Amino acid sequence: MGSSEAIVSATGIEKYFGDNHVLRGVSLEVHQHETVMLIGRSGSGKTTMLRCLNFLEEPTVGTVRIGDISVEADPLNTRSRGHRERIRQLRLRAGMVFQDFNLFPHMTVLGNCIEAPTHVKGAQRDQAVATAERYLDKVQMLHKRDEYPSRLSGGQKQRVAIARALCMDPQVLMFDEPTSALDPELVGEVLGVMRELANEGTTMIVVSHEMQFCREAADRVLFMEGGVVVEEGPPEQVLDAPREDATRQFLRRFLDA
Amino acid sequence: MAVVNAPGSVAPAPIVMAIAAAQRRRRRGYQLIFGATWVVLIAAIVLALTTRFDWPFLEKWWQFILGGAEVTIELTVTSITLACVLAVLGALGRLSTNPVANGVASLYVSLIRGTPLLVQIFVWTFGLAELGLVLPLFWAGVISLGVNYGAYMTEIFRAGIQAVPRGQREAAQALGLPERLIMRRIVMPQAIRIVIPAIGNDFIAMIKDTSLVIVIGIQELLFRANSAGRQTINIMEASLFAAVVYWILTLFFSYIQQRLERRMARSDR
Repeated sequence: MGSSEAIVSATGIEKYFGDNHVLRGVSLEVHQHETVMLIGRSGSGKTTMLRCLNFLEEPTVGTVRIGDISVEADPLNTRSRGHRERIRQLRLRAGMVFQDFNLFPHMTVLGNCIEAPTHVKGAQRDQAVATAERYLDKVQMLHKRDEYPSRLSGGQKQRVAIARALCMDPQVLMFDEPTSALDPELVGEVLGVMRELANEGTTMIVVSHEMQFCREAADRVLFMEGGVVVEEGPPEQVLDAPREDATRQFLRRFLDA
Repeated sequence: MAVVNAPGSVAPAPIVMAIAAAQRRRRRGYQLIFGATWVVLIAAIVLALTTRFDWPFLEKWWQFILGGAEVTIELTVTSITLACVLAVLGALGRLSTNPVANGVASLYVSLIRGTPLLVQIFVWTFGLAELGLVLPLFWAGVISLGVNYGAYMTEIFRAGIQAVPRGQREAAQALGLPERLIMRRIVMPQAIRIVIPAIGNDFIAMIKDTSLVIVIGIQELLFRANSAGRQTINIMEASLFAAVVYWILTLFFSYIQQRLERRMARSDR
């Protein structure tokens, strides 16, 4: 954190699904090397907020800036070519890791990792392969580079998904409940990779229920409830000495479970 | 007698082996009776239909009739290829947000599915000829069959594209792939895997539907059988022979389809 300009900056994000007012004006800034965690019960809007940051959900109102690209919500004009191209530029600056991995099943592990670099960034194949191998090694999946995703465990799939996102050299990595679809014994290997990335100074935004990870790796926690950020601060403050009732209730129920 | 194994023992318990043996026996018995049913039925049908069979007729003509199978296969392969191209375009149109593209595609499907194939064959061949556009017979047949099957397969491809999980598209979007590439590199390859069995079925149906172009005089299998049989009133001999050839063709391509599906299933989830 510090005085440097934010890498991600979202202002006044509102989102309606039909009549349902899911986000009620959320703003958020993420600085370089920072790991920010969004927590809150399901339905609080944290996943929607994350998906609004790269316009997988088009916000109803608000502006998102990542690096040098800023996109204003334009829900009446989502088809316009210019708008869609700006959104694509925005997405190039943000890597995303999904709850369900979403690896491409018809491509090998390596194929998954070089698809976007070669076809979007125009990288040379051998250069893309070298980058992919470096990141696969980092997530300890290099030995599976020629396997198809169907042959991998959930934890392995998620580690490949992380490598795939890293291969695009994003300015921020976003995680949408990356361990929620995993068997309990596989959670650790994914969190291990994420912790390492956080320690190396990767800029990350994480939606997750992993409180232990939050304590160890997050620089800042945002607690969301009812479509707004209720409380924000370093993990030891938000988790151990919450100021708000809603936060306390959430944590109590969570720690009981 | 110990029914359950002692802990740590490797050999299966006697009861387990007895059950397995009984299951094997039952399965073998079932297969035997199943096969016998086929043999008996086929023998009965053949005997009933060939009591007054003119074997010398077949001896004389079978090679001529069989030669028509080549045209049948050419027609089938060419028409199904055209149908696949039209079906991809049709499906993209049906899923397009562009009202013109969607309008064209849905009218195509509605018009073609709402009229008989035989009528379409007449229109493409003789109707167009009256307007001065005389298509070569083979290609009139290919267009009739291909356009017709393309309409049905449009719906198959549309369903296939929609069956690709939404997360696939989202992951590609998040990586910054443009829409065109998402369709070509991510969605289509998976959709094609999904629709392969349905296309295989249509291919086999097409083998049989090519017989309809007998009405415009393409010299395929049924045409040859009919023209050979008509001269000496050996319709039963000629038609049955053609039927057997059609059956063998469909069996052969069903077998290929099965192998193909099994191979695709292997690299899949």
